[in-house]
Amino acid sequence: MPVAGVDIGGKTTKIIILEDHKILAKNLVLTGLETGKTALTAFQQVLNDAGLSPDKISKITVTGVGKKEFSLGHNEVSEVKADAKGTVYLFPSARTVIDVGAEEGRGVKCSPEGKVVDFALNEKCAAGSGSFVEAMARALELPLEEIGKLALISTQQIPMNAQCAVFAESEVVSLLHAKTPKSDIAKAVHNAIANRISSMTRKIGIEKEVILIGGMAKNLGFIDSLKKDLGLEILIPEEPEFVGALGAALIAQEET
Amino acid sequence: MDKQFWRWKEYNWKEEKLNWKEARSITAGIDVGSVSSQAVILTAGKIFAYSSQRTGSDSPQSAQKAINWALEGTGMKLEDIQFIVGTGYGRVNIPFAQKAITEIACHARGANFMYGSSVRTILDMGGQDCKAIRCDERGKVVSFLMNDKCAAGTGRGMEVFADLLTIPIEEIGDLSFTVEQEPPPVSCTCVVFAKSEALRLLRQGWPKNKVVASYCSAMAHRVVTLLERVGVEKEFAITGGIGKNRGVVGRIEKELNVKALTPTWDTQIAGALGAALFAQALLEKTKSLN
Amino acid sequence: MLANYGYKDGSGDYYITIDTDKCVTCSDRKCIQACPQKVFEIITDDYDQEVASVVSDQSKKLKYSCAPCKPNVGRKELPCVLACEPKAINHSW
Repeated sequence: MPVAGVDIGGKTTKIIILEDHKILAKNLVLTGLETGKTALTAFQQVLNDAGLSPDKISKITVTGVGKKEFSLGHNEVSEVKADAKGTVYLFPSARTVIDVGAEEGRGVKCSPEGKVVDFALNEKCAAGSGSFVEAMARALELPLEEIGKLALISTQQIPMNAQCAVFAESEVVSLLHAKTPKSDIAKAVHNAIANRISSMTRKIGIEKEVILIGGMAKNLGFIDSLKKDLGLEILIPEEPEFVGALGAALIAQEET
Repeated sequence: MDKQFWRWKEYNWKEEKLNWKEARSITAGIDVGSVSSQAVILTAGKIFAYSSQRTGSDSPQSAQKAINWALEGTGMKLEDIQFIVGTGYGRVNIPFAQKAITEIACHARGANFMYGSSVRTILDMGGQDCKAIRCDERGKVVSFLMNDKCAAGTGRGMEVFADLLTIPIEEIGDLSFTVEQEPPPVSCTCVVFAKSEALRLLRQGWPKNKVVASYCSAMAHRVVTLLERVGVEKEFAITGGIGKNRGVVGRIEKELNVKALTPTWDTQIAGALGAALFAQALLEKTKSLN
Repeated sequence: MLANYGYKDGSGDYYITIDTDKCVTCSDRKCIQACPQKVFEIITDDYDQEVASVVSDQSKKLKYSCAPCKPNVGRKELPCVLACEPKAINHSW
């Protein structure tokens, strides 16, 4: 019978319907201000896509910072557990998972079976998560999709002094006033966040292969900065933001 | 142009009754903060004039503007000032200051003057930082911490909220006390996340005053935890721009169960005042050496 | 004087405390070399004492600067704390 994995993140909600390790349908929506309601609508949508009625789903496992808000879930799993499970399923050689989402950064060390061995978090502070880049994109008046690509054409290294996202916004505005090219500012922004993420990951010890997941794994500027900071290659799945939901679905499947 | 809800008023003041020409010493302190700048002029150890304004794009200009505005209408010129000490974030970039001293030492000294020698704990809530200072009866620092990394608990954090809720920043304090029952504090410390949390609360139908009360209370709790690291000993004083926000101050007093001393002077000038006092001591020292 | 350098943010408290009364008695200043991240420097403070302090840029990112010395597993005594002869250095986390 099909199972569902629901990952309610700070910015987006992801849902995967799985049957015998086959993805029947998936959905990604903005979490918005009414988390529970949005997730229910998204869930209905994904069921329609899969052509299933709610009673056909044998188990629904929920993860993500908003997991408590989802009324239809049967059980909850931690984000690090879901991350490890989903990543090792996609990359059996994965030993270190770096998940950078909108509101949290996580480093997870995992076993060949996809179990969590150790983990470290950047939480409750926007400077350690994707929100930082989002705030900077706003200050630069760039769409989020552009800021990463722009960083790649930067020609000079400039320092970012502010650590806090609120203060960094003012710093970016002053840099713009001083006619600093947007690409250089974008590079500095990504270097700053990459450095925080790699420091966090060093707490657990970095073992190959390193896999980057979460929304920030789609940001080319961040990937580039992180690779340089870590000094090694990183692998990225095709749909990095769905890995947590996939992990939750796989855990649901194991438990039925 | 949109109304800027975060924008507070700039001001200057002078003591009309003091005849500065007869003073045996004239010194000044200039505090170039990251958000606001102040200048204080002392004549024979008494406050003669001061000014407070928003910091501009560079420190030398902001310092010049601050001292010019404090001097305005006094008949005194910059050259009449015998010793100038700079403090604050921009202190090393004040061309006409003879010495730079950290804002920690200046705040302690300024508070010692403003509140008297019984003050032992000073909480300074500035535009982009928050300082907790313990000092002795002479205003010398015994222990301190400064938080300038994170916007939570700073004036900048409050500005973000004033803007989000479209409430003039000076009205936030009074508005926060118009709630029937004190709401729980906003749970996120980080200003970025607290902002999203506030949006959620508004969406859930919370009136603005309740959201404001909730944020003031979160801010108060945060600075209380900072104070706990240095320890709180009486007498206790609050300086800096947020010191004027009753909504935050009242809640800090309640949580600590200590009443803050009532300021006799504008709390925002404490740093510049301390710098001017250091300038006076340094002037005496050079005089005695000659 | 107890000088607390560092910060508190949403994720926690990250302070290095230097007891300047103890620090001022030290002549070796081994902390400067001991720290792999070059977190410390010697300054003349506002009361004209020569003491160690935390480099101002570092004080805003101690959580990250000190992370390599604080692994989750197999954490040893911190090199700065170990090197400081007057026992003037303390970490809050």
